Amino acid sequence: MTKKIGIVIVSHVPEVAMGIPKLLEQVAADVSITSAGGTDDNEIGTSAGKIMDAFERNKAQKLLAFYDLGSAKMNLELAVEMSDKKVNIYDVALVEGAYTAATLLEADVTLEDVEEQLAPLKIK
Amino acid sequence: MITAEIVDKWMKLFYSKISEQKAYLSELDTPIGDGDHGNNMMRGMQGVEDSLDKLSNPDLKTILKTVAMALISKVGGAAGPLYGTAFLEMAKNCEKTQAPAELFKLALEGIKKRGGATTGDKTMIDVWAPAVAALETDSLSVEKIEAAAAGTKDLVAKKGRASYLGERSVGHLDPGAVSSQYLFESFIEAGGIE
Ligand SMILES: Nc1ncnc2c1ncn2[C@@H]1O[C@H](COP(=O)(O)OP(=O)(O)OP(=O)(O)O)[C@@H](O)[C@H]1O
Ligand SMILES: [Mg+2]
Repeated sequence: MTKKIGIVIVSHVPEVAMGIPKLLEQVAADVSITSAGGTDDNEIGTSAGKIMDAFERNKAQKLLAFYDLGSAKMNLELAVEMSDKKVNIYDVALVEGAYTAATLLEADVTLEDVEEQLAPLKIK
Repeated sequence: MITAEIVDKWMKLFYSKISEQKAYLSELDTPIGDGDHGNNMMRGMQGVEDSLDKLSNPDLKTILKTVAMALISKVGGAAGPLYGTAFLEMAKNCEKTQAPAELFKLALEGIKKRGGATTGDKTMIDVWAPAVAALETDSLSVEKIEAAAAGTKDLVAKKGRASYLGERSVGHLDPGAVSSQYLFESFIEAGGIE
């Protein structure tokens, strides 16, 4: 059964945004994972519209979001302001942070405990 | 007083400066960034122009909001959410006040909140903050804005891509500060402070 909390990945590069979910899905088959990569023209950058779309496509109502660089966070925040879903943004290492969250969510660990494990991965 | 007509003129002037300086802005973004600032701003202002063309006789709030949404969806880099937030803040508050000093101040607060940067971090804020201060004392001028943008050369970047270079970012102008210089110059030329 799909878990109540989902994961959203945001990267400047479309291939990075498509690749990370593959790594996570291997250990978290029941966690809904969606991603947004690149600008609307698939160039290097981020798009608030694409991020909104990743929120909508995600099967969960509560989302944990992970991102790579600067503007990804700003566009994430803009998308959160426009979305009805509850989204938490984490300033942690993208791959390791998302992998940690995916593994723990699959094991039904509480959000509080997930966040405790994410804390040392904070790098931005 | 900011009016819809002034914003329309302002955006046309800004668009033409961005078109002229597109290569230069991207060049500034090359040693301390990813070399795309001119292209990003060009894409954004093309989007602004296209969206404004579709409006007929918009009121101030509509035109400011349209500019904001076009920048947010088209720029692609950090400048998109930052400039976009600035215009969104102006749109949100323009029914309460049309005074440039007040609207730009609220816009600046939006930029600070969105990017978490402050004065001295070698970003567009280093042009916006002195520009707002000058507006508050009715002393905004092209000279002041140019000096503010030039002043970013000596700063160490603390936010944005340039911050990954640390001390090595010294000696280079901040591209977003220079595009903000064009934004304020265009505002003056559009009659914004008359
Ligand atoms: N956190 C921030 N706060 C304020 N201004 C910022 C911040 N980050 C970047 N900037 C401004 O944005 C300019 C760069 O804009 P540009 O459109 O090139 O984005 P970018 O850095 O390439 O974005 P991205 O990281 O998405 O690739 C900088 O020169 C700086 O003035
Ligand atoms: Mg750039």
